[in-house]
Parts: sequence; C-alpha cells; structure tokens
Amino acid sequence: MEARKISDDIIAAISTPIGTGGIGIVRMSGTGSLSILKKIFKCHCNDFQSHHIYYGSIVDETENIIDEVLVNIMFAPKSYTREDVIEINCHGGLLCVKQILQLVLNSGARLAEPGEFTKRAYLNGRLDLLQAEAVIDVINSKTDLSKQVAVNQLSGSLSNKINECLQIILDIIARIEAAIDYPDEYEIFDASQEILNVSEKIKKLLDSADVGKIIHNGINIAIVGKPNVGKSSLLNNLAQKDSAIVTDIPGTTRDIICEYINIDGISAKILDTAGIHLTENVVENLGIEKAKICAQNADIILLLFDWSREFDNDDKNLLSLYNSDKTLFVANKIDLTQKFFAPDNFQLTKISAKKNFGLDDLRKNIKKIVFGKNIFDKSNEIFVCNVRHKTALKNSYDSLMRAIKTISDGLPIDLTVIDLRDAYDFLGEIIGQSVSDKITDEIFSKFCVGK
Amino acid sequence: MNYNAGFFDVIIIGGGHAGCEAALACARIGLKTVLFAINLDSIAMMPCNPNIGGTSKGHLVREIDALGGEMAKNIDKTFIQSRMLNTGKGPAVYSLRAQADKFEYAKQMKKTLENTNNLYIKQGEVTQILVEKNKVCGVILESGAIYNSKAVVICTGTYLKSRCLFGQTIIQSGPNGFKSSNKLGDSLKKLGIKMFRFKTGTPARIDKRSIDFSKMQIQYGDKKIVPFSFETSFLEREQIPCYLTYTNAQTCEIIKQNLSKSPMYSGIIEGTGTRYCPSIEDKVVRFSDKLRHQVFIEPEGENTNEMYAAGLSTSLPEDVQIKMYRTVTGLERCEFMRTGYAIEYDCIDATQLKLSLEFKNIAGLFSAGQFNGSSGYEEAAAQGIIAGINAAMYVQKKSPLIIDRSEGYIGVLIDDMVTKGSNEPYRMLTSRAEYRLLLRQDNADLRLTPKGFEVGLIKSERYEKFLDKQEKIRREIERVSKVFVKADEKTNKILCEHNSHEISNGLYLSELIKRPQMNYEILEAIDNARPNLDEQVREQVNIQIKYEGYINRQINQVEKFKRLENKKLPLDLDYKNVKGLSIEAVEHLNKIKPENVGQALRIAGVSHADISVLLIFLKHQS
Repeated sequence: MEARKISDDIIAAISTPIGTGGIGIVRMSGTGSLSILKKIFKCHCNDFQSHHIYYGSIVDETENIIDEVLVNIMFAPKSYTREDVIEINCHGGLLCVKQILQLVLNSGARLAEPGEFTKRAYLNGRLDLLQAEAVIDVINSKTDLSKQVAVNQLSGSLSNKINECLQIILDIIARIEAAIDYPDEYEIFDASQEILNVSEKIKKLLDSADVGKIIHNGINIAIVGKPNVGKSSLLNNLAQKDSAIVTDIPGTTRDIICEYINIDGISAKILDTAGIHLTENVVENLGIEKAKICAQNADIILLLFDWSREFDNDDKNLLSLYNSDKTLFVANKIDLTQKFFAPDNFQLTKISAKKNFGLDDLRKNIKKIVFGKNIFDKSNEIFVCNVRHKTALKNSYDSLMRAIKTISDGLPIDLTVIDLRDAYDFLGEIIGQSVSDKITDEIFSKFCVGK
Repeated sequence: MNYNAGFFDVIIIGGGHAGCEAALACARIGLKTVLFAINLDSIAMMPCNPNIGGTSKGHLVREIDALGGEMAKNIDKTFIQSRMLNTGKGPAVYSLRAQADKFEYAKQMKKTLENTNNLYIKQGEVTQILVEKNKVCGVILESGAIYNSKAVVICTGTYLKSRCLFGQTIIQSGPNGFKSSNKLGDSLKKLGIKMFRFKTGTPARIDKRSIDFSKMQIQYGDKKIVPFSFETSFLEREQIPCYLTYTNAQTCEIIKQNLSKSPMYSGIIEGTGTRYCPSIEDKVVRFSDKLRHQVFIEPEGENTNEMYAAGLSTSLPEDVQIKMYRTVTGLERCEFMRTGYAIEYDCIDATQLKLSLEFKNIAGLFSAGQFNGSSGYEEAAAQGIIAGINAAMYVQKKSPLIIDRSEGYIGVLIDDMVTKGSNEPYRMLTSRAEYRLLLRQDNADLRLTPKGFEVGLIKSERYEKFLDKQEKIRREIERVSKVFVKADEKTNKILCEHNSHEISNGLYLSELIKRPQMNYEILEAIDNARPNLDEQVREQVNIQIKYEGYINRQINQVEKFKRLENKKLPLDLDYKNVKGLSIEAVEHLNKIKPENVGQALRIAGVSHADISVLLIFLKHQS
C-alpha cells in the first residue's frame, strides 16, 4: 500500500554534537536498519537480539576498519521511534562519525531531516505533541539553561500548570452548564471573579514566554563605544572564557563582528560594532550608522567607556543610544589611572578586559537585565518557549477576557460559555484536550442533577 | 405453523415514540409500511415522566417537527401545561417543556397513525428477523406469520427480556405490566449483534386526593404559550399547575437504613443505570452532603388522579417506598396508585450502527430509540424519524439523510451514540452540542426543513410557506441594517427609558438592536417603515442581528469542523494496513469504521497523531 512509504525508508543521522565529547553516535531508524548494519559491521555474532549491545568494527567497502564500535539494537516497537532503531557508538571527533554516517547512507539509508526521529516517535504514537516539541527543543537548545527548561517541560511541569488552569475553567463551565441543563435544580451565578483569577494564571505563563524566548533563542548584546575603548578585547575575553566558536556572519559588513557566548546558561550573541565617533569620513559614517541600528535592535547594549581617558563628546554622543531597560554603562581599562569621570547618574560596571577583572560582575549585571531585577536562578520555574504554546495561551487569555466582557455587558450566560469553551480548547490544544470530552463527566460527578 | 402473510416496503417493530416516528416517516414518504406492537394499547405510551421537551430535549422535538415528524404536533394537541425554560440564559438554551396528558397523548398519536395512508398497524410479537446474504428480508411473528420486506426498523424500547424490580419483587414484564419480548433478542444475537443490559426506573404514582398541596410551592405554566410545532400558529388552553416540595433528613435516613433491600445495591440488578435520571437512592448515596432534594408533583393527565413524583424514582421494597414518600412535606398521608420500580432490558451497543442508523453488517436493518441505548421519549423519537427516513431512502435506493453535529441536536445525539458508544443510557444535554448558538430551538426549521423537503417528508405547501418565511427574515435583516437612526430627542428618549446610553451621532438601527438593553421590538417606535411581520420572523430578525458576532464565530468554528468532516473514509478499510497508527487506534477504528476523519477523531483512543497518519494516508490514496 502507498501509505507504507511514509515511514518505510530508513533514516540516519549523527545524534551527538559534532566535534565535542569522546563518543559519537550514529543512529538509524526504520525497517531494514539491521540489514544495513550487517553490511558494514564485523563482529563475532550473527544472531542479533533486541536490547543487546554488540562489540565489533565498522568496515568500508574494501574491508578497511574505520573504527571500533559498540552497537545498540532496539527492535520495533520497543524503541524511541517504535521502529527498528540501531545506534552505532564510535569514537568522538569529526572524522570517524562522519565516515560512518557516510557508509550508512551509502548502504541505503537517507539523511534524517532535523527532528525526524522525534516526528516518527510522534507519528507512531510514542510521544504526545507536547513531549515531541519538548524533545525537539532539547535537541535544538543551544545552552544548558534552555536544556533544563526543555527537560522540565518534557516531564510535565508545563502540562501540570496548564492542567491546573484547564480544571478551573472546566469547573466554571460545568457549573454554568448544570444550571442550563437543570434549570429547576441549579441557578446561574456571576463567574467574573473566578474567570479573572484563572486569566491571571494564564497571563503569568504568557509573561514567561518572553523570558522563555530568551532562554530558547538567546539574546543579542551589542558592544558600543568610541574607537579604541577596548570593545574587541572585551569581546575576545568573553568569547575565550566561554570557548565559543568564532564566526563571521556572512553578508554582514566587515565592521560588525559577532560571536556566540554562554553566560551562565543564557546563550548570547555578541556584536562588536564600529567605533562611534564624529567623523567626516563617508565610509566610516556608514559603519557608524550600522552600529547605531545594531545597538537599537539588540536586547542589551553595553556602552563602553575608557577609564583612562576623559569623558568627551564622542562619549556624550553615545548617550543618545541609552535605553533604561537594556543599557549597561561599562568602564574598561580600570587597571590604568582614572581620568574618566562620569555624570552622577551613571551606574558604572568597572572592568579590565585585558587583566580579566570585573567580568563576573558584568555577567551578573547582564543577567539582571535579562530577568528583571531578580538575581537569576530560574531553572526550576516554568517558561513558555514555544511559539505555538504562546499563541495558544494568548488566544485562551483573550477568550477569558471576552467572557468577562460578555458578563459585564449584561449578555446572556450562554454566550459566556462559548468564550469559556474557546478558552478551554485553546489551552487544551497545548496538551491535546478538548472540552467536549470532559464536560458531561464533570457535571455528573459534581452536581446532583436529574429526576 | 408459519404462513406467508404478505409484503411491505418497511416493517417497524415497536410502537413507542421511536416506532411511531419511523412508521409515519416511511408511510408519509409513500412506502407501504407496517408497524407491529406487542399490544396496540401501548402505542405512544409514556411509561415514565409526563412531559415532553425540557432542556435540549425541547430542541429535539422542534427538530423532529422541522423534518416533518409528529411529536411536536401531538404534544401541542395534548399538553396541560407549557413553560419556556432558561429564558434568562440566552437564546441558544431557551427550552420548551410541556406537561402532557399522557393518556390523551397516546390516544391522539394512535389516531394519527391509524389515519395515515400506506400505514398498517398490527398487534403481534416479532420473534425473528430474516436475513439473507447480509441483507434483511423480513420478520417472523409469534403467530407464525412471515412478513417480507425490503427494510426493517427495530424500535423495541425497553421490552427485550425486560423485568421490573422493586425490593425482592421481580416481575417478568415490560413497563406498566405489558408483556416483554423474550425471543427477538436471541434472533439478534444469532445475527451477530452485540447486546448490553441497561437499567432505568420510575417513581411511584400518587393519588391526588391524598396530597396536601397547601404545603407545597405551586408552579403555573407560562401565560403566553409557545407551541412546539412550527405549524401550530396559536394556542390557548386552561393549564394545570405542578407542585414543588422537598425531601428531608428523615427521607435520607429511611433510604440509608434500607439501602441493602434495593435490588440495585443488593446486586440483583445486572444492568447499567444512567447518571442522568438517578434514583433517590443514588442521589442520597452519591451526594450525601446534600440535605434535601427537590420533588416535583406533576399531573399525569386531565382526567386522572394519578400524580407523578419527579425526583423520587426508586426500586426500594414497596413498604419502604411508602414510608419514605410519607416523610416528604405534603405527602404525609399519600396513597400509592402505582409503585415505583426499576426496569432492566436488553439493548444494543450502538457502535454497530452507521450514522444512518443502519446496521453496519446487515443491509436494510435499522434501529432506533431505547433499543439503541438511549433514554427519553424525545431521544427515541429523534432516532425514530431518522431511522424511518433512512429505511425509506434505502428502499428507494437514495443516499441516507445524515445530520451532522453542526446541523442539529439530532446529529449530536446520533454521532455521540454510534461513534463513542455508551456504557449507560444516553441522554441529550445542551452541553453536548459544540455549536449550540447555531442549533437554537427557534431556528430548527431554518436548519432542517429543507432536508425534510428533500427526503419527501415535508410537503410542498409547507415548504413554500417556509421559503416565504426565510425570505422575509432575510429581507428584514437587510432592511434594518440600512435604516439610519438620527440622534434626535425621540431616539434618545427610548434609549434612556431602557437604561442604554444616548447617542450623539446617527447610526444604523441594527447597531442599536445589538445593544444589551435593546431589541428589535423596543425599537419599533423609531422604525417608521417597519413592515407587518409575524412573530416567528420578528424573533429571527432580533436574534440573528443581536447575536451576530457570536453567531459568526460559531460559523467559523463550523467551517473548521467541516474540513475534517468532509474527508470521507472508506467503510471497508482495514486499518491494520495503515502503517503508523497506534495499536489502540487500529483496534478502535476497525470496530467503529468511521465514515469520515472528523468522526474518527471523536473515537476514544484515537489521537491527533493517528489523525495525521490518516490524513497522510488519504493523500497518498488520492
């Protein structure tokens, strides 16, 4: 049958981060994975059993040994994807893993699309939608903190929060429905306050979505300052310490350099801009304009000043970029003699990029901005990271607001139920629940109705 | 000895509320139809409560009428009290409920059946269904008579292997002492039909002369009576009141002391009861913190002293029942005329049916009503008319009439029953309808009369009238949306009188109708060019304008719903061959064999992931 083709092919991918770690894993999923393995795997055993580990070597077409490996075999349906899954554990490093993947692909597998293992697990009923999304978030998360949030979500803390809100909404609906279906027995009541209470809970989750986005996608930090203030040394210092991979983003101008760093779990993209100062030079002015735009688009601006030079017009000029929500004043080169005297209201973070001094304070202050005034320890809290979830929460919240308006407008209670059902179903979308399945049970378990 | 008794297009087994509608539908469409009842005196009998309608059930009655059925007209002829419930709770849940003179109700319905062309009424017990090559071909009666037919509709209600119980007393009979049907069930089992055992019950009937009404709250009917049928134009009648009283701690005490004597709690009853019509024993046990329960004392008819005690359904021993009833305020000296009882009966697992109510594995065999596992007269009648229409469509080789969840409560009822099945008698509830703002009782004709006309049940004279009404509504809504109201003294005076804020700029009349404090009627005073329209039209104009925003939202939801509903699934599909479905989903899908993807999604155990797989599968197929 045609439909078999949906998952009849074998997919393969490297399932460990490339270039890090001592062990690399190449994973295959699909019917026939074993026959591919047999083509490239030499070992003393021929009768492979599910959930066993086999030791042997991977060999190429000319019987050259590529690597010594351990192979895990998991036959359907007791595997992650509920298909036959084989994992080849080889030595880490780029070369070995890539060669083995190439061999697997040459032998009949195709390269998996990003998230395709999880997609199969979902399609085969192994994971619910929320779990599947969380797994994809785990895979995609760039830093430790976002991994922590993703893991929390997977184990159900977001589900719990949502279930809690769903239960409250269901309870309100059930009470109204009982009054509608059994008018002799129950009376209508004003549900505004209760609706308001649950809407606040949802609002809180919704607010976490912005923080969630930062954890998930990282933040942009722009370093801005006049020439020779030490922007590049700061950048290098931050980057070195966190051993980030330095990349030139293609297509950007040469004068904006960007690096990825990790500040206690927040992934940040640092943009080193051209020195901003007054100049007649047309080319230079272009670069400065770009730097300004870059600063405006950034989540955080580090305004960098030189401790060893006086506060001058160029510095003053920078203040136009100031935005109280996202700006940090940083004085660099504090190992030198102070000549810089800032205006009174400056909250200066003092560092020496060269001597590696004060950088921990700088990180702390960056986190303060990211997470508001609180000192950052949020890995146990729930953040909404996913756009689909955010939309669903927003829709649910809006429906609750409409319900409250319907009541205050003096419209009939039945119309309120339409809004409340919407609110429930939008929220339920996140974990795949709909109100119609539940409402009858709720009414009859809670209310003594019927004659 | 068997003998050949003749041929009919359609045979209806049973003369209850489902059987009556099914028989009338087939005969009115023009097919030669016969209805068998074990006893002709039980036709259209109301063995339990003496009302028609109520929340969501009132909607069903109106829909039956919109399709060309009889229940609404019959209750309009025979009611003794009428009330519109829920008027303060929104147009979607307005619910009409009437107290019936149950003896008159049955009599009038029988008269209608007897005087319908093409319809034959016969007393006799059907004991066997004849099937050849998975196709129904007739029935055999206990007398040995063989009737052949193209289609058969089973509407046996609570009569299959039924027994009535209270205390230790077990009476092998159907309701009200009518003979039960003990052989047909075996014939059905032989045909491979899966049966359940359900249970329901009824309270005692009390002699009116023994009740102290002065201690009870009196409940009158509405002054302005709204008829059930769209064709009944005006009704005036002397109405008979009902009475409200309450149980108390003493009542609870007696029940608790004697609980072990109830066949429900002593284990004699095997059948599954419903949460929707609990006995007083159930209520006391399940909601022990509730200090008192309502009891409505309702007349069973105009010319009888029998009074129905709604809320006191029971199967306790007779002496305990009497003692317990006499604790209730106003019933201290009550005399029983009939004892309350529980009734157990065989019914089917409705998931064996298609949405047309035809058995999936036996062509031409349809079923409706309590036999399908529902409860309630209105639920039965609603299925009856659909099963009747579709038996007629089957005989005429036309496609069946299927009302979906966005078109009527009937659609919700049937879809719930055949898709989800039920492990207790199914009762209609407004909360089961997702799109109920569209499924109002006032617009049932706008939703369903065209369908009734299409199948041949609505005659052209009525249809012309309907089209005229529809056109008048359309034109008036259009007109009102274009009438410009000036911000003058007269307008603001009216707004002010109704606590609506004044206007400083002119606006359209429809905008004013939408205001919570306003409606179409109030604004007549500033609407000079208003045509003379009858009440049904005016009501539609008001509701459709007033709730336009909400109505449109539901219309959008329906469009979304229809997308999955319109994706048909082949009935002969073996879901084992659809790779990627969960094992649980395969099992359920193969059992239900849904007719479209929307229905598949409503099956328990089928997840959204399974639906994605099905959608991909369908794409590959086409």
